[in-house]
Amino acid sequence: MRTRAATSIAIALLIAMAAASLLILAYGQSPGHVYAVLLGHTWGDRYGLGQVLFKSTPLIFTGLAVAVAFQAGLFNIGAEGQLLVGGLAMALVGARCGGLPAPLAIGLCLAAGALAGAALGALPGWLRARFGAHEVINTIMLNFIAQALALWLGRRFFFVEQTVHTPAIADCARLPALGLAGSAASVGFALALLAAIAVHGLMRHTRLGFELRALGQSATAAAAGGVAIGRAIVVAMALSGGLAGLVGAGTVLGYKGYYEEGIASGSGFMGIAVALLGRNRPLWIVPAALLFGTLAHGGLAVNALVPKEIVEVIQAIVILAIAASSSDLQRLAAQGQR
Amino acid sequence: MTGPAAIGAGEGGEAAALSLEGVTKRYGALLANDHVALEVAAGQVHAIVGENGAGKSTLLQIVYGTVAADAGRLRVRGRDLDLARHSPATAIAAGLGMVHQHFMLVPTLRVVENVVLGREPRRRGRLDLDAAAAEIAALGERHGLRVDPWRRVEQLTVGEQQRVELIKILWRGAQTLLLDEPTAVLAPTEVGDLFAVLRSLAAAGKSVVLVSHKLDEVTAIADAVTVMRHGRVVARLAAGTSSAEIASAMVGTDAASQLTAAAPGARPATASRQAAAVLAARDLVVPRDGGGRGVDGVSFELRPGEVLGVAGVQGNGQSELALALAGLLPVRSGRVLLDGIDVTAAPTGERLARGLGQVPEDRLLRGLVPAFDLAENALLGRQPEFTARGLLARGRIARHAAELIAASDVRPPDPSLPAASLSGGNQQKLVVGRELSRPGLRALVCAEPTRGVDVAAAAGIHRRLRQAADSGVALLIISTDLAELRRLADRIAVMYRGRFAAVLEAAQASDRALGQWMTGATA
Repeated sequence: MRTRAATSIAIALLIAMAAASLLILAYGQSPGHVYAVLLGHTWGDRYGLGQVLFKSTPLIFTGLAVAVAFQAGLFNIGAEGQLLVGGLAMALVGARCGGLPAPLAIGLCLAAGALAGAALGALPGWLRARFGAHEVINTIMLNFIAQALALWLGRRFFFVEQTVHTPAIADCARLPALGLAGSAASVGFALALLAAIAVHGLMRHTRLGFELRALGQSATAAAAGGVAIGRAIVVAMALSGGLAGLVGAGTVLGYKGYYEEGIASGSGFMGIAVALLGRNRPLWIVPAALLFGTLAHGGLAVNALVPKEIVEVIQAIVILAIAASSSDLQRLAAQGQR
Repeated sequence: MTGPAAIGAGEGGEAAALSLEGVTKRYGALLANDHVALEVAAGQVHAIVGENGAGKSTLLQIVYGTVAADAGRLRVRGRDLDLARHSPATAIAAGLGMVHQHFMLVPTLRVVENVVLGREPRRRGRLDLDAAAAEIAALGERHGLRVDPWRRVEQLTVGEQQRVELIKILWRGAQTLLLDEPTAVLAPTEVGDLFAVLRSLAAAGKSVVLVSHKLDEVTAIADAVTVMRHGRVVARLAAGTSSAEIASAMVGTDAASQLTAAAPGARPATASRQAAAVLAARDLVVPRDGGGRGVDGVSFELRPGEVLGVAGVQGNGQSELALALAGLLPVRSGRVLLDGIDVTAAPTGERLARGLGQVPEDRLLRGLVPAFDLAENALLGRQPEFTARGLLARGRIARHAAELIAASDVRPPDPSLPAASLSGGNQQKLVVGRELSRPGLRALVCAEPTRGVDVAAAAGIHRRLRQAADSGVALLIISTDLAELRRLADRIAVMYRGRFAAVLEAAQASDRALGQWMTGATA
């Protein structure tokens, strides 16, 4: 099973690179040269590497968010909204942390982000458990609500006059940079790695994780095994939302120092692709996020040679090829038919 | 074939509408069909009856080509069909049509669109539904299959949808109709309508083969009855046979089970009728999926070491009873007591913690998580036992899984295999073993403990259930296998239409008596 999954991912990557090579050729450039530039400006120098880590950080959190829900048989399309409310909560707490010791301030900020995201995730979970309302629809809809809510709250109460961002957080709440040639990479990336390991441990080594996985594989057998299904659904969605709510660790606490309208937007949806590529396994999410982070930053680097949209084409083909071979997706489609 | 002589088959010179010889199908150790012979005359309504797992549906699927037979001959209206290359396409071409228990209709399409689907009539390249609609109306007129061709299927009642299925296969030219449990989905009034249609079709020279386990219906409609048990044809009966006679042929104790059956009195009488009840139900009413009552006022008391068997034709509320006792179905009224404590509203987890075990009727749906490995499945339902401060105790889980696999003789004995890769018998051994090894087990609700399990494994499961009872566990065993119930139970309750129609001492429960209660003949 495991090697088959790895093989299909490798094949998907090869297909994507081959297709992109054709496009690059059509554009009159040498694929080898373009790929060399792309790699050179990402993994080849310290600044590039830092930017890759920075861009991967939100994707690890959102990828984990989608994966946790999926392991419990739920599809969270709401990471986009959950990361917004999480980021806003982090920035607001961070701005009021002046004078606290750094670990405490950072801990408070992270907790605030996770709680806000978890609350927004738990809501569609509860609607599903209580009324059978499908979480896909509700998480999509909540994205719009979260967006509008964050903007209204910001404009009405929090944003600095004449701007679309909150006041700066206290220095003690800032996550230190990794010191990679002035890149935006911060300790937030390390936190994302820790989150991946923690989620892996949770799913494999705790009773809660076991019950959530049982729910995802067979709700009827889980119920017969004494799992309180409604509660488990709410917990899974809250966990998922909480992970998405931590996206601000990289962007708010580690880079900007404030919450800004539109920050990290798109990471929520990209998290679905990351989870798909990582086969919903917490530890595979990290390399999957790094790949998409590499392409995101590498696209800028090769922009002088070919339009950066070519890199987006690579991303799209990777996603299509993975999706076509994903048994998870087939299972979900089968569930949808029922 | 050493069964009773054939009656009413092959009379007259003309070729039979359908004839089978030596049809055999094996699933692993299980012989689903064992040299089955069957002959259906033109214009005949032929019923195949038998308990669950007797091989009726398999036989029908072989005839229609959805299941490949291992051996045998199939002739349709005098023409040999190659069973090795048989498929639904060749079946349809030979004039066979099948109505599945679950309808194969597209709910959002109109009746006429469903009927022509896959064979759309065209005129000058355009879909011509009007002609087909006229044909449907004419078919309906002739056989009493009244349904508006232009209505959408999702707006029809179940009975009307079944008529659409019949029209569909008739419109495609079927001469022989295969119906799998056609009355299972129907309301009682609709059953009468269906039978009138079948009579009309038979009068027009078509043949009908129907699978059923509702004997009163079989006696009402069938010209000939074939009774199957354990994959073999055990009786061929003519019209006019009483449902009691059919019932005793259906459930009749065979030689093999008599050999292994211990006399019920031989069991050490640990069951103390004075002790307090471990598991009790009082006037339990459980709604049925889709309306009505699945369980309609059942009461019982089970004392330590006591074994109560529940017999009955499938669909008389046994499934709902088992689910409600486990807390998996909400109860409308009445109470469930576990060790004297009212657990009617308690969630499943709490009941398990209080010493209730359950062997679900469908192991793949509720007993196991098929994608989980054996160690994880050994943990399922017992996870609180193996958790310390939220963390799973890996070492203890591995030891528990290894012990369980060894004690239950699960093969192959590899805890890292997914449960789905095991045979049904080994899956069942794992589930039964897991439930019986619960610490503090007080009562076990056990549905179909040996369904689809081979003889040797079934004997092992029976031995372990009896040991559990001897050690003081109260057992409720729901089974459609009467020999099994007689072997294990002290008393046998017969469930009919949601109630315990009778509770008999196992020693006095003859097949004939049980069969009559099961079919409501005595009610």
